[in-house]
Amino acid sequence: MGTRTIIPFGPQHPVLPEPIHLDLVLEDEKVVEALPSVGFVHRGLERLAEVKDFHELVYVAERICGICSFIHGQGYCQGVETLLNIEVPARAKYLRTIWAELSRIHSHILWLGLFADAFGFESLFMHCWRVREKIVDIIEATAGGRVIFGSCKVGGARRDIPNDVLKGIKAELTTIEAEYNELKPTFLHDNSVKRRTVGIGTLSKEQAYALGAVGPTLRGSGVASDLRTLGYAAYKDLQWEPVVEHGGDCYSRTVVRVREVTMSFDLIRQAIDKIPEGPVDVKVTGNPTGEFFSRLEQPRGEVVYYVKGNNTKFLERFRIRTPTFANIAPLVVMLKGCELPDVPVIVLTIDPCISCTER
Amino acid sequence: MTMIEPQPVIAIDRADLPEKAKEFFVQGYRLVQICATNGDSTLEVTYSFDRDYAFTNMRVILQKDDTVLPSITGSFLAAFTYENELQDLFGIKITDLAINYNGNFYKMAIKTPFLVNKSSGAA
Repeated sequence: MGTRTIIPFGPQHPVLPEPIHLDLVLEDEKVVEALPSVGFVHRGLERLAEVKDFHELVYVAERICGICSFIHGQGYCQGVETLLNIEVPARAKYLRTIWAELSRIHSHILWLGLFADAFGFESLFMHCWRVREKIVDIIEATAGGRVIFGSCKVGGARRDIPNDVLKGIKAELTTIEAEYNELKPTFLHDNSVKRRTVGIGTLSKEQAYALGAVGPTLRGSGVASDLRTLGYAAYKDLQWEPVVEHGGDCYSRTVVRVREVTMSFDLIRQAIDKIPEGPVDVKVTGNPTGEFFSRLEQPRGEVVYYVKGNNTKFLERFRIRTPTFANIAPLVVMLKGCELPDVPVIVLTIDPCISCTER
Repeated sequence: MTMIEPQPVIAIDRADLPEKAKEFFVQGYRLVQICATNGDSTLEVTYSFDRDYAFTNMRVILQKDDTVLPSITGSFLAAFTYENELQDLFGIKITDLAINYNGNFYKMAIKTPFLVNKSSGAA
């Protein structure tokens, strides 16, 4: 056994824009153990349910994260709508699906850029963010905000997207996807990318499942689990299958995201083709009663909204289990046995969002 | 409905918790989440599991003057994050916890903030 050293990694680190800390126990440069610490900026947003009524709380939910904000709002609304026994209009379900998939595209391309930056591929980072910017432009044109959509509400959608605008988006997506397709080969086939990702941070199928991994972290290890399979929003009407890779390493997790972007382009096109006419919201009466776990697939994986109502306008309990929180335990296993320079790359492949984790 | 998914909740005694968790593990479930709800005199702790999109829960009710729970990390190592959260936010003492931060998982200005009542102004 070599000399053991403990290296502190984070909470301020060049590849980590948010505070997570790891105590890395090293033998020479090999990581033999990693102990994570979070909780530096815990916000306690869940308790705001006690002072914000259930209509207002969607604004809190959207602000849990600045990247997957829409799906946070959607998950919360779906939970409360279930408690209220509300059937959301079909058009609202399709609008939610379109906005959710736009979120997934911009989140994954943002991550691909950050990942490229983490292993020193600056030009690839800039190309990714250039393409992502065009998706954010569509979000701004349809929702009014670039980060916070403000488009989901209990009972449906706060605004419609006119059909002629949807047609324009479909045409624009063709252009954006062509630009995105120029980036894909670099992630999939470039030798310098593969040398930093193939066989690094491996998590077996059994480990990923047993440790409760979610999202691309789980699917990159060969487990075909994607909560969109539940058929919420418009997903039950669309043709798609979970993206699965079997390597279990950093490369497989990257490939899952690369392929999921392509699938999201397709899902949006399908949704635009099939979106029905009609209202986008229904009148909401009464107060939430009972309890429900609302589960959705965010870009980073399964998110769980637990809502418990007591027939008042304030929820008795509002709890969010975010994807990054679930992926902390798998991360500990991925890091064991890796070399120190690979730590930032491995950490990034769970796409950590500490803003979500510190809800 | 917006989303219909059967979500059974099985009430169990805390002494049976590790054994029940082991049963879920053996049956091939994965741990989805653990959360607590603060009641007037009780704490309700819910453990959620999933297998092939079948979602099920088990629930333990604790009296606030006796909030000790056995850990399920013996079956589900991933539970250590949730159980440390229960300790820090709700003051629930977890025994046999595989990775125990001893109240330092979250760095907070006050101890057990989720036990503070709304009327006291903490929320």
